[in-house]
Amino acid sequence: MTVLPAPRPAYWRRSLAAIGSGLLAAFNTNKTSWVGLGLFLFVCLLAILAPWIAPYDPIDQNILFRLKPPSAEHWLGTDYYGRDTLSRILYGARISLMIGLFAITSAMIIGSFIGMIAGYYGGSVDIVIMQIMDVLLAFPSLILGLIVVAMLGPSVANLVIAISLTAIPPFARIARAPTIAVKEREFVEAGRALGYSNPRILFGHILPNILPEILVMGSLWLATAIRVEASLAFIGLGVSPPTATWGGMIREGFENILDSFWLALFPSLAILIVVFSLNLLGDGLRDAIDPRLKGEE
Amino acid sequence: MTAFVIKRLAFAIVTLFGVLTIVFFIVRVLPGDPALVILGDQANQASIEALRARLGLDQPLFVQYLDFLGGVVVGDWGVSMVSGRPVIQEIMNVLPDTIELTVVSLILGVVVGVPLGVWSAIKRNKVPDYIVRIASLLGLSLPAFVSAILLLMAFAIQLRWFPVISSGQGDTIGARLRDLALPAINLGLIMAAYITRVARSAMLEVLNQDYVRTARAKGLSFAVIVWRHCLRNALIPVVTVVGLYLGILIGNSVLTEIVFNRPGLGKLIIGALNQRDYTMLQGMMVIYTLIVVLVNLATDLVYGLIDPRIKYQ
Repeated sequence: MTVLPAPRPAYWRRSLAAIGSGLLAAFNTNKTSWVGLGLFLFVCLLAILAPWIAPYDPIDQNILFRLKPPSAEHWLGTDYYGRDTLSRILYGARISLMIGLFAITSAMIIGSFIGMIAGYYGGSVDIVIMQIMDVLLAFPSLILGLIVVAMLGPSVANLVIAISLTAIPPFARIARAPTIAVKEREFVEAGRALGYSNPRILFGHILPNILPEILVMGSLWLATAIRVEASLAFIGLGVSPPTATWGGMIREGFENILDSFWLALFPSLAILIVVFSLNLLGDGLRDAIDPRLKGEE
Repeated sequence: MTAFVIKRLAFAIVTLFGVLTIVFFIVRVLPGDPALVILGDQANQASIEALRARLGLDQPLFVQYLDFLGGVVVGDWGVSMVSGRPVIQEIMNVLPDTIELTVVSLILGVVVGVPLGVWSAIKRNKVPDYIVRIASLLGLSLPAFVSAILLLMAFAIQLRWFPVISSGQGDTIGARLRDLALPAINLGLIMAAYITRVARSAMLEVLNQDYVRTARAKGLSFAVIVWRHCLRNALIPVVTVVGLYLGILIGNSVLTEIVFNRPGLGKLIIGALNQRDYTMLQGMMVIYTLIVVLVNLATDLVYGLIDPRIKYQ
């Protein structure tokens, strides 16, 4: 096999521009997506700025200020060890977002690749791959995540592995269907007639066409990933204490729920805001790019 | 129809086999030597060897694998490393509690979700639609343990309408229902959020069909069209929700059971995790796999029954 020239960058630049304008159009069809995006970016900003804007050290214990309700010094109160709840929520955002983004990015890349291969080659390759994906999909993701983290030990890396593992099959499914549809189109036929290699057709021509859908699903699955991470932390399988995680904070707050309800309440609201903003973002975009609902407005 | 049933059955068996294989390797290969885990690293070589022989760990992996598969088939799922009782017996003790909770929640989810979804679709892009959509999106965004804690704070701690801890084993029907109420409402409302969305989009699709226009043209009232003609067709995707969101339902039931301290598979698996009870964990994974595969098979078959188009594919 001869060495093939890399796909001309101009094509990709054009594709990226098309994807960008497509997503922009989707955003404008469904204005709620803008609200979701704005809210999510705001949370990301707070997480990035946490070391500068957090009023206290998130793991600094102060026995004199234990279980204090919200006040001027501690806006959201303090926990059992006298740690500032607001600071812990800000730092907890870093953990949630980091695990979620890493897990979903890797699941998106691996899953889409698997799905594209299955859809493009079809036949027995398709059957075997999708059978494996269906088997993985059949297993409840929380239980799978729980087992994997319990076996590997709770660390950021292992949580990323566990959560991405549960998110790979849906991305494979999402990438497969449009690949099958796109591979029959004339431009792919033309590419093949020109002697383009399979990887070139797959990544240069098919991928740009299915990317918007994958990105939209990515935002919805990021919401799920953050929810699963929080759930695992609540069960006791989050990043080990004293690192602040939202699920872990709720777990600790739950133990003092009868007299200090705010301990569980504020991190719960934080999770709700992030997950809701991502769902708002992804849901609006999905409605806009869903071909079945197109042209009805 | 027979061919369809056979095909789905074969698929279910392949899936079952696949997941059981994964379960076996996760439990056997990942945690290292179970004998060492049970006895601790202070144990002497002789007792480790003895335990390995007793657990069958000295056999080749392939033999262990066949033993495991055979055990699953005949109902011998091993003995709990902690309580010493058969795993299957421990699971069967709490399985009815979990089934009770999930089935009641599912019914609640359908009863609340379907009418809301239909209403939302009819009022598309009007105020009721927006309210229902935002409410259902909120329902999807709340992790089950968060909504459970919020319900617990409001109705058990503040208002004292329900017990804080549901034993799930009340003697009278009234006591049992009181124990079940909050956990079932928590799980049921989350399911309702999913079902509302599916019912809405299914209804929207059906409302665009030609036969709806025909029905309107011949002067049928809108209510008759919606409830008699559309709803039946819109319900088909709702059935698949049960299979599709079963994983979510199971995950959420685990979290709900923990928050309400209710007996069930959730408390059992968390206990097994905390005590490193590997045979119990393996049994839990087997039972979850069985549930998932059986429910998916059932929804596939129901789907084929109510939608004649499916089985000819």
